Amino acid sequence: MGESLRIVIAKPGLDGHDRGAKVVARMLRDAGHEVIYTGLRLTPEQIVRTVMDEDAQILGLSSLSGGHGFLFPRVCELLKEAELDDVLVFGGGIIPQADRPALLEAGMSAIFGPGTTSDEILGFLASATAAEA
Amino acid sequence: MERRELARLLSRIEAGEAVDIAPPASSDGDWRVLGVTGAPGVGKSCLVDRLVAAWVAAGQTVAVLAVDPSSAISGGALLGDRLRMESVHSDSVYMRSIATRSMRGGLPARLGKMVDACLAAGWDRVIIETVGAGQAELAITAEADRLLLVEGPSRGDVIQAEKAGILELADVIAVNKSDLAGAAQAADEIRIALQLSESSQPVVLCSAQTEEGISSLLEALDSLPTGRIQALARARQRLFNQAIENLCTHPAFGDVLKSLAAGDIDVAQALRHLGE
Repeated sequence: MGESLRIVIAKPGLDGHDRGAKVVARMLRDAGHEVIYTGLRLTPEQIVRTVMDEDAQILGLSSLSGGHGFLFPRVCELLKEAELDDVLVFGGGIIPQADRPALLEAGMSAIFGPGTTSDEILGFLASATAAEA
Repeated sequence: MERRELARLLSRIEAGEAVDIAPPASSDGDWRVLGVTGAPGVGKSCLVDRLVAAWVAAGQTVAVLAVDPSSAISGGALLGDRLRMESVHSDSVYMRSIATRSMRGGLPARLGKMVDACLAAGWDRVIIETVGAGQAELAITAEADRLLLVEGPSRGDVIQAEKAGILELADVIAVNKSDLAGAAQAADEIRIALQLSESSQPVVLCSAQTEEGISSLLEALDSLPTGRIQALARARQRLFNQAIENLCTHPAFGDVLKSLAAGDIDVAQALRHLGE
């Protein structure tokens, strides 16, 4: 097992579908990480405040309601404003391929969709945090 | 101190780094650190949320340190106390989720330093929330000025709490969920149990859901005589917490444990190894 990370898993905006976020949170815990789960319907401001208070290195955003195009980049923008742009942001949910380049451009490091395996997410975290160190 | 600086300072303390923090002097009659404990599901987080909201409304700033256990298997932790706390989204509130890490079932000894860091950073009050399992209730007395035990209706095991000596540790006992049937009866049972042991802590019936009784709870906490947790008991508990943490975080702890389990060494030898 690698280094234990502090990871915030959050759901921005009006979206009640939290199964995926909970499964990912649980999987990350079982991989030895400390996962702070925020619950539903947070504003980007609340999410950034949470990342700051919890001193998390990683932020996972989940959206299945179609709001990702605004909400994900807004979170990235606020992280930069708060000088928290060293925080690694990944996303998951129903994110059409066509929308992904813009999200990555906005500062997200990865987008995962349905069918993603635990190993893919853990592999991403391991290589991303190793690259940073 | 800025919020982000405090967050980073707390991480360094958690990681075991030695940091110098002058414990803030408390004026007489002043109490600032509240410990909240109780069994899973009795509504600790929701009740804490109400207390935080009340203090913020009164113009105070509050830091919440919510402690949850680390998994004994993976070492990871799922920290979900934020789920139930709406009041944390305020400039007057700092909230930090803390995993017990090597201190499974207990409280990290470093928690005391984390409390000091919050107070030194200028937060008026600190709330430590912990799941009432095992040694946590005892350990929390090392750091808190007041200890609030949260109970719920139809738990049916007040006698269990009495046996474990938890009731006598608490400064105030809140019976939450007063909007549900059985709460008043549970409060009566606790009052009777306390009378038998000649204790006289207030038992407050309240509901985080309806906010009934929340002001009575705050009043009960404020009107306690100061220094109920005695200096000697607190010092003893701090020493215990530190001694246990020193054992658990010793680099050879895992290996010594294996040798002990395999019967290669005995407990006395194990302690000698870990004392080095």
